[in-house]
Amino acid sequence: MSVTQVKGGPRNDAGRPRSARRNRAGRPSAALAVPGVLFFAFFAIAPMLLAFYLSFTKWNGLGDPQPTGLANWRKLLGDERLTQSLTVTVALTVVSWAFQTVISLLLGVWAAGRQRNRAVLSAIFFVPFLLSSTAISLLFYALLDPNFGIIHRDTLGTTSGAFLAIVFVGGWQFIPFHTLIYQGGARQIPEVLYQAAAIDGAGRLRQFFSITLPQLRNTATTSGVLMVVGSLTYFETVLILTQGGPGTDTAILPYLMYEAGFKSYDFGYASAVASFLVLAATALSLLMVKLSGFGAMRSTREGM
Amino acid sequence: MSHDTLPRPVRTDSAPAAERPPSRRRHWSRRANPLAGAGTLVWLAVVIIPIYAMISASLTHQDEALGHNALKPPSHPTLDNYSTVLNNGFGHLLWNTVLAAAGVVLIVLVLCVPLSYVAVRTRSVWSGAAFRLFLLGVAIPAQAVVVPLYLMIAKLNLYDSLLAIVLPTAAFAMPVSVLILTGTLRDISEEMYEAMALDGASTTRMLFQLVIPMSKGGISTVVIYSALQAWNGFLFPLIFTQSDGPRVLTLGLFDYVSEFGVNIPAILASVVLSGVPIFIVYLVARRSLVGGLMGVGGK
Repeated sequence: MSVTQVKGGPRNDAGRPRSARRNRAGRPSAALAVPGVLFFAFFAIAPMLLAFYLSFTKWNGLGDPQPTGLANWRKLLGDERLTQSLTVTVALTVVSWAFQTVISLLLGVWAAGRQRNRAVLSAIFFVPFLLSSTAISLLFYALLDPNFGIIHRDTLGTTSGAFLAIVFVGGWQFIPFHTLIYQGGARQIPEVLYQAAAIDGAGRLRQFFSITLPQLRNTATTSGVLMVVGSLTYFETVLILTQGGPGTDTAILPYLMYEAGFKSYDFGYASAVASFLVLAATALSLLMVKLSGFGAMRSTREGM
Repeated sequence: MSHDTLPRPVRTDSAPAAERPPSRRRHWSRRANPLAGAGTLVWLAVVIIPIYAMISASLTHQDEALGHNALKPPSHPTLDNYSTVLNNGFGHLLWNTVLAAAGVVLIVLVLCVPLSYVAVRTRSVWSGAAFRLFLLGVAIPAQAVVVPLYLMIAKLNLYDSLLAIVLPTAAFAMPVSVLILTGTLRDISEEMYEAMALDGASTTRMLFQLVIPMSKGGISTVVIYSALQAWNGFLFPLIFTQSDGPRVLTLGLFDYVSEFGVNIPAILASVVLSGVPIFIVYLVARRSLVGGLMGVGGK
């Protein structure tokens, strides 16, 4: 099934005048999209809905889930660990965002220059991103070991030490990626702007704050949203580095969910925590669509 | 008429050569910036020290390891730790990971390329809704759905198989892949489709002879992105597999911790080994890898 349009033969699109002008030729059959949508719906959307359903049941992982009404939600909302976990999750997200943004912005703008030494250093800076989260967590687990590591001190045994270690390890892994994003953004700033500013006598600092930063606004939004969403997935780092400890001080929401489900076999309760995560994520992605303009179906090259 | 006979945008570089800055470098970065230089050296140390400590420690004898400072080079370098790891099923783990990554890339490409084509070229209510669904999907953390997926995987009789890892990993790589691909596809100009339509090309032919060749950059970014997802994946393997058969590298690394216990040099050797394959890929394909990822924010 294919729709072939000939140039100059306007398609009868009376109901949608907006689309009549564009997309005359090469309008593919929607059937091409069906397999992808179905696959995604089955493995990503359906489980989300199923998580909500499971949050109203009792299930130990074997047999079938038994409905229990609001029991899990009552337990969850009265659970002190939820409050603590939410606080840690938000704190980790905010601190990670600030740490990663400052460094990757500076490195990215610096790397956007084209000298040879920048290319070499940028290539080295990228290396941490090549290791998996698991590998990086294990590496720092070893390097922070009080008997073996770099610092002969029980860093992971203290609340602030464990928290900062997670922030640092997350940054170590993902700053290379965000540096690249900022580098791409900084390269697209028209050079004329800098030339004009230089003629007006603006110094380097002034140029940075008056041209570079404002021009990188959209890049910062994209990168920032990816950072925030990404920090919800610091699960491996927490599981390997701190196991949520000391005590429960670094038990972020995904870890709380994992413990409830796959350690205590209380999958109903774990699903209630997961539903919480879905709500947070949906709110975040709506914000992202709004802030980033990803939803606008425009060529990014228009007007260039 | 094929698309390469169409007029290309001509560079209007009308400024006389004399007016251009003498250097190819950017105007604003011509002078050295000592502060930036110092900053990058600090970051270089932050990147290099852990990597150096990891490699050096992985060459340390286990007897020497206790009370050893990871920054100190080993007094008697040894490859024993590497042979320990290699004799503990590392090859099998690597092979599984490569298979899983290939499966994920294949599924993502086969599903996402046509889907993105539809999303960009049609404007029906349904395709808009589908596109929005994928946008929302960007932020769904895999953690949030792992419990219900566990139930589904069990009911599908896929538990403890590579497919149990591949299928959900592919699904969760789709939203960003669709974003990247639609971004590239939007840059194919209307005239090219019209030119092919004049030739009487079907949309299927346009997909294979215009869309796919023109979006090679986006496609290679998606290949890299989805392969990295599979390479990095930990949660799905942890929860959906159990036996040695379908065990992948990340999970194997995690298991080495309990297996090797306090043998930190062996653990670090396994970390180094796990990085080697992707580091080789990086050396070979650095340009397209880095260039592709740069586009995510450059757009």
